[in-house]
Amino acid sequence: MCHQTVSLTARALEAEGIATVIVGSARDIVEECGVPRFVFSDVPLGNPFGSPGDGEIQRATLDLALDVIDRASWPRTTVKSDYEWPTEEWRANYMLVDDSNRAELAALGDQRRSNQAAAKK
Amino acid sequence: MVKWHNRVSTVYRDLQCPPIDKFEPVTGTERGSRIAYRTYVSYIDKSREYYAAHGYAHPYRWAQYSDVPFARLGKPLSDSTVAFVTTSSMMRVAGSSESAGGKKRSYASDATTQPEAMYTNDLSWDHDATTTDDVGSFLPIAHLHDAVEAGVIGAVSSRFYGVPTDYSQRRTKEIDAPDVVQWCKEDGVDAVILVPL
Repeated sequence: MCHQTVSLTARALEAEGIATVIVGSARDIVEECGVPRFVFSDVPLGNPFGSPGDGEIQRATLDLALDVIDRASWPRTTVKSDYEWPTEEWRANYMLVDDSNRAELAALGDQRRSNQAAAKK
Repeated sequence: MVKWHNRVSTVYRDLQCPPIDKFEPVTGTERGSRIAYRTYVSYIDKSREYYAAHGYAHPYRWAQYSDVPFARLGKPLSDSTVAFVTTSSMMRVAGSSESAGGKKRSYASDATTQPEAMYTNDLSWDHDATTTDDVGSFLPIAHLHDAVEAGVIGAVSSRFYGVPTDYSQRRTKEIDAPDVVQWCKEDGVDAVILVPL
């Protein structure tokens, strides 16, 4: 949801003449919303400038974002950082739904709806 | 390690056009690879299936626009004032794990120095794969000040801005985004880097 929030905010800034670039990791949400400039970091949600503790990557990603602000000529410009996260499991594990947790997720949903109904009383 | 960025920038300049997807595939060999699915994660697909598994019958309807506003930078980058927008929140007490509490609002905060920590526990970043303990990984204000010293940008805005993540697109568009626009105008901001968690 963070990616949609900043995409809508970027659109509002651009409409007022202020140039923007988004640095994020949920490419589909940003591109479906439609933004002028986007630096896509293909990493787990949370560290769009690069791994925690890796100042060199963070600085380079910032340089890339500034470069895109300066040089993009058309809206919907996406530039992909070629920094690669050291592992791949996160892609499958985030919001995982399979037979191992299906019953647990259904129970969590039921509990949440029950709590919400109780709060309304 | 900086070489990867230099390589991207060089290719980008040579393209003379927006470098959309020119650096893919993400994985594969130097000669490319063949895939039967997209290499990057679709969070629209993931979240739809995840909440369906919780028993929610109606999927969230994401914002989708065909038109996209586009503002060119009105002056050289080296003369421009640049600001950050973040979806993270200020800590109520520095170093604690608590936010200000209550209904989250947009805010503006001093950008003279990079905060030591930001409150992110309420956001849907990947809590299993990584951490947000290093603010530089999502709000690198210190590096932006370095860009001033290097002559890349003119100045860092005196404030950075926070927008609350909100399911309501109307609240973002009618309340929070206008706040950020107003603050940017007050602070003489020319360009903004927006960073979602």
